[in-house]
Amino acid sequence: MELYKGTVHELHQQLVSKKISAVELTNAMYDRIGAVDDQVKAYLTLDKQGALAQAAKVDAKIAAGEAIKPLAGIPGAIKDNICIKGLKTTCSSKILANYEAIYDAHVIENLKADETIFLGKTNMDEFAMGSTTETSYFQTTHNPWDLSKVPGGSSGGSAAAIAAGEAIWSLGSDTGGSIRQPASFNGIVGIKPTYGRVSRYGCVAFASSLDQIGPITRDVTDAAIVLNTICGLDKHDSTSLPVDVPDFTKALRQDVKGLRIGLPKEFYGAGLDPKVDAELKKAVEIYRQMGAEIVDISLPSTEYAVITYYIIAPAEASANLARYDGVRYGYRASNATSAPEMTTRSRTEGFGPEVRRRIMLGTYVLSSGYYDAYYKKAMQVRTLIRREYDEAFKKCDVLLTPTSPVPAYKIDSQMDPLAIYLLDVCTIPVNLAGLPGISVPCGFADGMPVGMQLIGKPLDEETVLRAAYTFEQATNFHTQLAPIGGKK
Amino acid sequence: MKVTEKDVKYIAQLSRLAVAESEMQKFTEQFNQILNYADILQKINTEGVEPTAHVLPINNVLRADEALPGVTNAEALKNAPAVHNGGFKVPRVIE
Repeated sequence: MELYKGTVHELHQQLVSKKISAVELTNAMYDRIGAVDDQVKAYLTLDKQGALAQAAKVDAKIAAGEAIKPLAGIPGAIKDNICIKGLKTTCSSKILANYEAIYDAHVIENLKADETIFLGKTNMDEFAMGSTTETSYFQTTHNPWDLSKVPGGSSGGSAAAIAAGEAIWSLGSDTGGSIRQPASFNGIVGIKPTYGRVSRYGCVAFASSLDQIGPITRDVTDAAIVLNTICGLDKHDSTSLPVDVPDFTKALRQDVKGLRIGLPKEFYGAGLDPKVDAELKKAVEIYRQMGAEIVDISLPSTEYAVITYYIIAPAEASANLARYDGVRYGYRASNATSAPEMTTRSRTEGFGPEVRRRIMLGTYVLSSGYYDAYYKKAMQVRTLIRREYDEAFKKCDVLLTPTSPVPAYKIDSQMDPLAIYLLDVCTIPVNLAGLPGISVPCGFADGMPVGMQLIGKPLDEETVLRAAYTFEQATNFHTQLAPIGGKK
Repeated sequence: MKVTEKDVKYIAQLSRLAVAESEMQKFTEQFNQILNYADILQKINTEGVEPTAHVLPINNVLRADEALPGVTNAEALKNAPAVHNGGFKVPRVIE
């Protein structure tokens, strides 16, 4: 089998048994990127020199008979809003087009300590604002299952890279579904950990009370391996949780007997593509046959989640993106005659339309006279949404929902912003409540992958991973590779 | 209409953004579409409900006040659009 089709755990075995070398593996990945990335367009930056130097170090260690970590020598890709010192971090924005990170994100420090390999940085929606990767200033990423379709977003590059065999594992970030939705559109696994599990230090801020970094991988085992490395307390992020990190691979048991799986009826209503619904029904039946108990749940505030999010996230974004003023870093408009004019023109020319729309929406809902009606109201509804999840988890251990109500759609679909926002309905509530959520492949609709989302209690990634793993081992969706076909 | 083009201009100014005349109508329409949809929140009774700013039950995370190495001047200026005498250079601020 071609090396680029491997998983982290398989390739680790091949490295330690000296069947392959890390340099050989890394070269194979760049060969694959060279062969397909002009069609997929997953990457913005490649660091072949850095990657091969790291690979040689791992090979030397293996040759010397030293033990290596599970991610050592395994090539991955990093979303371009996560800082790697010395490499560009653009957030797919013109305003950061030339920004070179001067420090490593906490997750990058951890991954470097494990001697993993970074192939490059991946394309995304500008500042992670979008669900299609089309708002990138640089390029549109194409779905490897059908190049005429979107890879989802905002971590579309990180997801497409995995599906196309251009990386073995990758990191994304998830504010309202940006790991799980592209994972579902690409037939792969993506997990958003509990808010606070992973340090956000070095991940360019979008909406700080919602953002969370997580892995995108080919299977659930690889997701657990990456989580083991990136989770944990960080003194640079006061919202990172002072809790022990379990060995998540120990949760990977094929056992759902007696597990109570909740089906929240609000996720199966109008707007759900019948073909997606049919695949989910089959998945529920598989769980039932394996001994899980299926419980009907109601989360009545689900219908308010999307607008609650689209008030809170832009409000936080308008504050976070105030730092792009053309003074310390980033794009500066030329020939301005005063500092205020320079800032306004730099921001207007540097940000794309979706980012400008969200900054203005956020500014509006925070402005005098509208704060109570919009922002405070949304924060109160967020409390109600959280409470409903607390209640639901008294009746079940995990919730099973679609990841997206529809499979990947055509690039350049010309939808209204609101129509696109409404498609985030299944993933957004999970961020508002701060819960862990995973997307695993559960079928196909007209040849495009369908994802199933499993949502867990706070800090209970282990049950989510166990349920996901048990389903994965009983099915073969995760072994199917994208054809890189269709017309661009 | 919840917001007029005049409102949009004012919000843009607060946001340190400019909206081109050619974009104004579309931006205002999209803004209104989103804000009209937000009306569904008004039918929920939230009296006495504590707002959630953050999902975690942690506040005031403190650490010892120790001096640690920080960013060097050269690193801080590395991405600056314009530099003068080891500082950030900007156009005139005060008339």
